[in-house]
Amino acid sequence: MPELLIKTQHLTKTYQMGEVKVHALRGVDLEIHKGEFIAIMGASGSGKTTFMNLLGCLDHPSGGTYWLDGTDVHAISDTELTRIRNQKIGYVFQSFYLLPRTTAMENVELPLLYRNKLNHHQRHELAISAMRKVSIEDRMHHFPNQLSGGQQQRVAIARAIVNEPVFLLADEPTGNLDTRTSLEVMAVFQQLHKEGKTIVLVTHEQDIASYAQRNITFRDGKIVADTTNPNPKDALSDLARLPKLDEEE
Amino acid sequence: MNIFGILRIAIKSLGRNKTRTFLTMLGIMIGVAAVIAMLAIGQGAKKIVDDQINSMGTNVIIISSNFSSQRSTVQSAAGSGNLLEVEDTEAIRDRIDGVLYASTVFTTFGQLKFEGNNWRTGVMGVDADYFNIRDMQAEQGHLFYPSDVENSTKVCVIGKTVADNLFGEADPLEKIIRIRNVPFKVVGVLKAKGQNSMGQDQDDTVIAPYSTVYARLLGQRWRNMMIMVSAESKERIHIVQQDILDLLQSRHRGTTSEEFYVRTQTDLAEAASSVSDTMTILLASIAGISLLVGGIGIMNIMLVSVTERIKEIGIRMAVGANKKDVLLQFIIEAVTISIFGGLIGIGLGFLASGIVGKYMNWAVEVTPWSVMLSVGFSCAIGIFFGWYPASKAANLNLIDALRYE
Ligand SMILES: Nc1ncnc2c1ncn2[C@@H]1O[C@H](COP(=O)(O)OP(=O)(O)O)[C@@H](O)[C@H]1O
Ligand SMILES: [Mg+2]
Repeated sequence: MPELLIKTQHLTKTYQMGEVKVHALRGVDLEIHKGEFIAIMGASGSGKTTFMNLLGCLDHPSGGTYWLDGTDVHAISDTELTRIRNQKIGYVFQSFYLLPRTTAMENVELPLLYRNKLNHHQRHELAISAMRKVSIEDRMHHFPNQLSGGQQQRVAIARAIVNEPVFLLADEPTGNLDTRTSLEVMAVFQQLHKEGKTIVLVTHEQDIASYAQRNITFRDGKIVADTTNPNPKDALSDLARLPKLDEEE
Repeated sequence: MNIFGILRIAIKSLGRNKTRTFLTMLGIMIGVAAVIAMLAIGQGAKKIVDDQINSMGTNVIIISSNFSSQRSTVQSAAGSGNLLEVEDTEAIRDRIDGVLYASTVFTTFGQLKFEGNNWRTGVMGVDADYFNIRDMQAEQGHLFYPSDVENSTKVCVIGKTVADNLFGEADPLEKIIRIRNVPFKVVGVLKAKGQNSMGQDQDDTVIAPYSTVYARLLGQRWRNMMIMVSAESKERIHIVQQDILDLLQSRHRGTTSEEFYVRTQTDLAEAASSVSDTMTILLASIAGISLLVGGIGIMNIMLVSVTERIKEIGIRMAVGANKKDVLLQFIIEAVTISIFGGLIGIGLGFLASGIVGKYMNWAVEVTPWSVMLSVGFSCAIGIFFGWYPASKAANLNLIDALRYE
C-alpha cells in the first residue's frame, strides 16, 4: 500500500445561518493514499463542496481532525495554511475562477507570485511547462474571455499544477462543460494521474465518476458508500469514439 | 512575496482600469498643484516685501508720527505735540551716536511740465543725505548739495522715466521744469533702478531739497513728515533706535513712546513677513483641503475597487496570498495613485506658478520644501486613505470571497 496522504477523523462542519444551524458535514472519516484517483459523488447539498474546501485548506472544520501529509492541519497557523494552499494543493473550481482581463500566462503564474525566491524567468518557465502539460500553451497570451470553457478549465488546471502540488482537488470541474470538453478535461486528469498526482474530484455524473479508481458517495454530510472501480474507463479512447464534430477553432 | 512583486501586481491592476485610475489621480493632482502654487505665490509675496525693504538701503530706521493717536489731530502748534519737525532730523543727526545719515522726507504728488510735455508723479523733498541712505547715484549731472537745502534752491534730480517722458531724446540737464507751476532746475538724472519686484517703476520720481518742497509746494500747514536714518552698523541699530525714541520724547514734552513710530528695516520686514506668512498658511490650507478631498476620492474608489474585486481577492488567497499580501497590494495601489498624482501635481504646480508669475508679474518661487511637503503628504494620504479599504480586503473570509457574486 502506498503512503498515507490524507486522513480525516470525524470531520464536521456546521454553518450558522441566523438562528438555524446547518450541519453540512456530520462526521467524515476518510483515508486517501498517494497516487489515488477518487471521485466524490452525491446529491446537491450533500456536503461535497464543504468537504473539498476543508481538504483544500480553504476553510476550517468545526470539529474533528485532518492530517495532511502527516501534519495536523487544525493545529497550524494561518500563514502556514496559506503556504500549504500555495505549495501542496492544487484546486480546480467548477467555474474556473480565472482573473478577468489577465492573460492565461499571468493566471497560471499567479501561485508562483506568492512563492518567494522565484525570478521572472523561472516563473515563466514553470508556467509554460504547466500549460504544456494540459496542451494550452498556444493560448498563453489570450484573456479568459477569449477562451472556450474547456480552454479556460485547462488554464485553471495548469494554474493548479504549476507549483507541483502533492494533490489536486477539483470541485465539479466538468460541471459547466459539454460532453466532449468534459471528456477532454477528464483525459487531462487521467494523464496527470498517470504521472503520479493524487486527485480528488467531485462530480454528480456517474459517467464522469467512472473514469476514477475509487468512488465515494456523500449523503447528508456523511459518506454512505466507498467503492473501488477496478476498471476505470479511459477518457482518451472514449474521446476518439465520439462522433467527429467541427474541429475546434 | 516581496514588495516589488506586489508593486508589479498593483501597477498591473491599475493599468487594467486606466480611466478610473486617472480620474482618481486627478483629485490628488489638483490638490498637490494647488498647494505648490499657493506656497509659491505666498513665498513670492514674501520675497517682494523683503526685496522692497532691502532696497530701502542698509541699516535704515524710519521715523514717523502715529497719526492714529488723537493728539496729532488737535495739536498744531510747533514745538509740542507728536508731529515731527525738521529740527528733529537735525537733533537726531547731531546728537545721537551711531547715526551715519539722517534726512527729512516729505512726499507729495505733482504735475510736471516741460514745454508741451506733462507728467504726473511722486515728488520727494529730502536732505542731501537721503541719497546716501538710499544709495542713489547720478547718471547724468549731479545730485543736489546740502547748500541747496540750506538755501532752498529750486533744483531737482529726476528719475529716468520722468526724463524720458518730459524730454524724450533731449538733454534734461540745466533745463527748467515746472512742478505744480513752480520752476525747478534739473541738475541730475538718477541712475536707473528699474522695476521693483512688485512691478513699481522706481525711476518714476522727482527729488528736490525738502526746504524748497516745503516752502514752495506744501505750505505751512503741511504736517506729514518722515525721517529716514541710516545707522552706522547692524549691531548698534537697536541702541540707536532707542536713543532716537528717547530724544523725540524729550523734545516733544508730554508725549509717550506710542506716539512715534521708530522702526528698523528688520521690524518692518518682520511685520511684513508675519503678514505674508499668515497669508501663505491660509492659502496653503485652502489648497490642502482640496488635497484632503483628493485623498477621500482615493478611499472612495479603493472601496469600490475592493467590492468589485472580492472574487479576485478570494482567488488570490486560494492560490497562496496571505492577508499581508492582499493588504499590501491594495495599499500600494492607493499609494501608487497618490504618488503618481502627486508627481504630476508637482509638474502642474510649477506650471501654474510659472503662469501666475508671468501674467501677474509676481515673483513666484517654488521652494524645495514645498515639493517635499507635497510628496510626503500625498504619500501619507495614499497610506492613510488606502488603509481602510485594504484592510477590508485583507480581512475577507476566503470562502465568502470565492462564493461572492
Ligand atoms: N457558506 C455557507 N453558509 C451556510 N450554509 C452553507 C454554506 N456553504 C454550504 N452551506 C450549506 O451546507 C450544505 C452543503 O453544501 P455543499 O457542501 O455546497 O454541498 P454540495 O457541494 O454537495 O452541493 C448545504 O445545505 C448548503 O446550503
Ligand atoms: Mg458543490
